Amino acid sequence: MKPARITSAEVLVTAPSMLWLLLLFCVPTLIVFAITFKPADLYGGIGPGWTLQTLRSLSNPNYPTIIWRTIWISFVATAICLALSVPMAYHLARVTPRWRQLLLLLTIVPFWTSFLIRIFAWKALLHPEGLFKQALVFLHLVRPDASLLYNAEAVLLVSVYTYLPFAILPIYAAAEKFDFGLIEAALDLGATRLQAFFKVFLPGIQRGLLNAFLMVFIPSLGSYVIPDVVGGPNAEMIGNKIAQRVFVDRNLPHASGLAAFLTVAVLLPMLIMIIHQTRAEKQPPTMREVA
Amino acid sequence: MKHSRLPLLTTILVLVFFYLPIVILIVNSFNAARFGGTWGGFSLKWYAKLFAAREIWHAFRNTMIIAVSATALATVIGTCAAFALHRYHGKLQKLHYTLIYTPLVVPEILMGMSLLLFFVALHMQLGLFTIFLAHVTFCISYVTMVVLARLQDFDFAIVEAAMDLGANWWTTLWRVLVPLLAPGIAAGALLAFTLSVDDFVISFFVAGPGSTTLPIRIYSMIKFGATPLINALSALLLVATFLIVWLTQHLLHKEKA
Repeated sequence: MKPARITSAEVLVTAPSMLWLLLLFCVPTLIVFAITFKPADLYGGIGPGWTLQTLRSLSNPNYPTIIWRTIWISFVATAICLALSVPMAYHLARVTPRWRQLLLLLTIVPFWTSFLIRIFAWKALLHPEGLFKQALVFLHLVRPDASLLYNAEAVLLVSVYTYLPFAILPIYAAAEKFDFGLIEAALDLGATRLQAFFKVFLPGIQRGLLNAFLMVFIPSLGSYVIPDVVGGPNAEMIGNKIAQRVFVDRNLPHASGLAAFLTVAVLLPMLIMIIHQTRAEKQPPTMREVA
Repeated sequence: MKHSRLPLLTTILVLVFFYLPIVILIVNSFNAARFGGTWGGFSLKWYAKLFAAREIWHAFRNTMIIAVSATALATVIGTCAAFALHRYHGKLQKLHYTLIYTPLVVPEILMGMSLLLFFVALHMQLGLFTIFLAHVTFCISYVTMVVLARLQDFDFAIVEAAMDLGANWWTTLWRVLVPLLAPGIAAGALLAFTLSVDDFVISFFVAGPGSTTLPIRIYSMIKFGATPLINALSALLLVATFLIVWLTQHLLHKEKA
């Protein structure tokens, strides 16, 4: 291997993606922070000069409730996804290759299907006239006048449904590499099955768990369509507020302020991941399994 | 070793959870009744209405224009990036990798919001072109990851062999590298294409008047009624997706099988 000296060939293949992403990913992110300190003009654009008005209006008493709700919904959704993914990944790692291929394919298909359609499918099921609601009423599990839609639980359910494949794939990737002989060794040495699971298997797939946590937690912090379609006004998340500032009252600086806040909130766990990623190995196993 | 049944049961439960809503949606697209709770008999009327809806065709046309053009550009850029990441390992590539990886995890709403502000700041007219730029941006990362994963199994000795045998750089690229990597590149392109066709959040932020895409249309149908039509449209899109996934798997696992 040659020493790391930058050649013209390297520049040639690196430049297109590097420049594109610097211009259309990094610069726009910086602009979000800049526009937070600009005033709005009367026509929904950005006015001249600089102001701290947006920062002041962000101390609106509604926001702490919404931020808190965003965090707990994301956190609980992530926890449920992990709890379902670990046994499933364990199963995937232990079945015969033929079965594994089929089960993996079945896990990947929902990842490829339209995100809006999957949300819509749940809206139709939870709708007062929908099948799910009718079935629960028939079983006397809910009262006929109870509403399954437009609450935080509906947002949670659909979030788990949407993000679950993102948790299964990295955990499976880690479980596949796990040496199951270690569990047998632990059992031979007198560990109970629960001990073997918590003290040997879970630490063994730690990296997969961390990846899965971030792959679910970060996108769900930015959820907008799910709370918008099945959540309603009582289950709004930060994403809804950003969209309202853009599409309803067209106050771009205010929307920027919220987006800047969200960027900082997702940057923190992401930095941890990047440090972890560069330290451990070059490839995240996550995307390899998607293909 | 005795196995616990819990992993198997969870797997079955998760798969039922994944597919039940989709199956019910497809069944309901043939349901003559307006609401899914009752069965009003088999009918194709929602499909007939769907094909007669002109605004859906218009949105479909926009979606295809964007998906084809964005996929083409992102595939070229992403494949180059994958080569760079695979072949070189300096500081530049560390930064490059972070730059490629970050858009994969950043919530879509942030990408939509920041691109909207970028276009507004540049006084660009929002429309098909801005959606195209946005789609190329997020597709690059996915194409790179898929092609990079394929490059891992690739033996670069073949390239050196071709060069040793007198092939020039250009011939090696087109007669050796591209044909061998074609399945990986095609799989990356198909993923980019599906993501572009499916994207709602980012498109919604950077769309302008007249540039409604299919997901934006579907969103407004979900928000403002017109339910049974979406069932039919969803069923068609799901079938198309299944075909694409099948094709991708075929491309990626052909040699391994």
